[in-house]
Amino acid sequence: MPAPLPLHLAVALEGAGWHPSAWRDPRARADELLSPAYWTDLVREAETGTLDLVTVEDSLGIQTTSPDGPDDRVDQVRGRLDAVLIAARVAPVTRGVGVVPVATVTHTEPFHVSKAIATLDYVSRGRAGWQVRVSPREWEAELFGRRTVPAIGSDLDAPESVAAMEELFDEAADYVEVVRRLWDSWEDDAEIRDVATGRFVDREKLHYIDFEGRWFSVRGPSIVPRPPQGQPLVTALAHRSVPYRFAAKAADVVFVTAHDAEEAGRIVAEVRHEQAAAGRQDEPLHVFGDLVVFLADDERAAAERKAHLDALSGTDFTSDAPVFVGTPGGLADRLEDLRGAGLTGFRLRPGTIPHDLEAVTRGLVPELRRRGIFRERYDAPTLRGRLGLERPANRYAATTGGAR
Amino acid sequence: MSQNSPTGKPRKQIHLAAHFPGVNNTTVWSDPRSGSHIEFDSFLRFAQAAERAKFDFLFLAEGLRLREQGGQIYDLDVVGRPDTFTILAALAAVTDRLGLAGTINSTFNEPYEVARQFASLDHLSGGRAAWNVVTSWDAFTGENFRRGGYLAQEDRYERAKLFMRTTWELFDSWRGEEIVADKETGVFLADATVGTFERHDAQFDIRGRFDVPRSPQGRPVIFQAGDSDEGREFAAATADAIFSRHATLEAGRPFYADVKARLTKYGRTPEQLLILPAATFVLGDTDAEAREYADVVRRQQVSGQTAIRFLEQLWNRDLSEYDPDGPLPDVDPVVGENAIARGRASVRMYRDPLQTAKEWRELATAKKLSIRELMIEVTGRQSFVGSPATVAAEIDDLVQRDASDGFILVPHITPDGLDDFADKVVPILQERGVFRTDYAGTTLRDHLGLAPLEVPLPAGRR
Repeated sequence: MPAPLPLHLAVALEGAGWHPSAWRDPRARADELLSPAYWTDLVREAETGTLDLVTVEDSLGIQTTSPDGPDDRVDQVRGRLDAVLIAARVAPVTRGVGVVPVATVTHTEPFHVSKAIATLDYVSRGRAGWQVRVSPREWEAELFGRRTVPAIGSDLDAPESVAAMEELFDEAADYVEVVRRLWDSWEDDAEIRDVATGRFVDREKLHYIDFEGRWFSVRGPSIVPRPPQGQPLVTALAHRSVPYRFAAKAADVVFVTAHDAEEAGRIVAEVRHEQAAAGRQDEPLHVFGDLVVFLADDERAAAERKAHLDALSGTDFTSDAPVFVGTPGGLADRLEDLRGAGLTGFRLRPGTIPHDLEAVTRGLVPELRRRGIFRERYDAPTLRGRLGLERPANRYAATTGGAR
Repeated sequence: MSQNSPTGKPRKQIHLAAHFPGVNNTTVWSDPRSGSHIEFDSFLRFAQAAERAKFDFLFLAEGLRLREQGGQIYDLDVVGRPDTFTILAALAAVTDRLGLAGTINSTFNEPYEVARQFASLDHLSGGRAAWNVVTSWDAFTGENFRRGGYLAQEDRYERAKLFMRTTWELFDSWRGEEIVADKETGVFLADATVGTFERHDAQFDIRGRFDVPRSPQGRPVIFQAGDSDEGREFAAATADAIFSRHATLEAGRPFYADVKARLTKYGRTPEQLLILPAATFVLGDTDAEAREYADVVRRQQVSGQTAIRFLEQLWNRDLSEYDPDGPLPDVDPVVGENAIARGRASVRMYRDPLQTAKEWRELATAKKLSIRELMIEVTGRQSFVGSPATVAAEIDDLVQRDASDGFILVPHITPDGLDDFADKVVPILQERGVFRTDYAGTTLRDHLGLAPLEVPLPAGRR
């Protein structure tokens, strides 16, 4: 029997955890959510479990339970820090784990995001990624006041909603294309420091990207030389056909929310189909399953933990992603089952932090190692390398002539 | 050492900052000691040297488009730089006290985004963030942004003012006591609508709730670089420090007196706005040795090719056929929009090219200077040249005689160019009793001697 393929594992860091009452857990550091020590400790914990990467959640608007704008709740965490800056702050004090912040595309500039993530790749020495997020909310558009956004109605399958989603994700696809071109706009050996000719760079190896589209025209080149990984990891969360199509075209890792093996199989098939349609069938594209996890040493204790939090918040916790409540061993079984349907890895969203994060790194990880499906140590220096992704060739390097 | 200055006043404490060497000909990349200007290790070493020397802050400049000359990317100087926010946040991890200052322009950004980035940086650094607000940028740079370069010069300045006021409103939308996080009662937030803002003016039409709670400093420290009358007024009204170009006694004193005098009408005292000129330095064991080395550095900074490119920026025409070791061109500059050099601040300094060319010709004739020699003569000469004792005495003298409150030092070597200053000049300043031997506080406002912000703010500063 061939050795099972190694499994990839990520955690998604959000405030005190993904349960709205997570901050009331006895161990939650509820008054430290804005401190650098908090984030450093979490990412270091992920690193002790040799996890592939952490994502850092973000949104442009304040946290809310309402799709229509900020709610007036005072019983949940409100307020957060910019995820790219959190990632940059933790990068120099970690060595192995990938750092993947959310950065929103709808109201920000691709030139800025491109140089921020490229620089994150420098400060992390090749461990940077980016979770692309669109911002479809009118109330978030009002924070910027530059534009309106296509309205997605409450019926997501209605034709108007699908059309609005297509518009947002088409723009996101152009955005990622601009960012990726900017990452390639310097060839790796563009800096020559040729004392004899007095030239610092070989300008033939710097390239205007000259992107012209419906939403952007960006000239380039980037001001940041090509980052260590060439192309930092691009990731996206996707729940339906339009974002699957976007991710299959633009991302290196797509996070999906399959609730069982059958649904996972269906989603993976759709993503692979879209991948082929985008002409990327020969490129690796990871499909990670997202799960919210509430863990304890026995199932009853795990259920009690979640029930207690639910009682505090007054409602049963639900999520876009499946919610797993149980033991690390049970979770390992569940992951193996889902993996059989074609998922290449998982991103776990800790219900509470640090409790469920530590249950992943200190409970689940040893269990997966015992089963021979998870690494003992970091075996590649870069995030791409760890995910089996090669350092891509520069799209401009083969062309002749270069920039003017 | 005397506790009093030559003027009989109590001796002022000097403020010192370090500017990471950047994209210009003063950064000497051909020196074997010159390292990367991109790798994080360079920033780490530079920042740690500045912190070892107890400097107030580290400063990063900005550029959002690679410079061009003659329709081609300018390749003779260091090219490229990393992202400011990302570098500063990463440096917060490897320093404890050093202030972290970045230039962020107000044209190709939006207030909500910049406010959340600076507030985040201030949280992640424990209160060490500073923002150098630049007031204008050009359409050439705009080609990298979806907004483009449509703003007229006067609108860009207006936008900068409104931009800053808007970010202040966002910073101040949290007072700092709203997070209760009481696990027993289940109250996380004391104020259900904290962060609410609304802004409708000539530039911004925005509303909502700001999502970054008040940071340790309340807002980043504000720096400006304005030199025009309008710029000085803007700084007097709003800034905590002003970056000037006037690092000499003759130019520094009038500028200093003028700017400080403007503060009264805004209800501010002279201590509330620091004047910090950018300055370069060349050190040697003796003054003579330093002068000799300074000549070497100047020739490294202005090669024959660089001299021709400099001249083209004023002449606004292709001068590549001219010999840098020969005389100035006898043709006149092309007057009008500069089509030769793009993305360079220096171009904007030549407001009257014909007059400047005339002065340069007269200088070259009088001193018998070649093109290269003239360019060495007229472009950015070193501020401080001498032994550590000489340089320390000069710096102290300039500060005590109110030519400045300190200096932003720009070494010519990346990343270790600050080391000699840190190790040799700073101890002398400390011995003279004019520079701290350790940080007295934890925030940049503490280092700069600025009082903590009061919330709500006086109406005059909103």
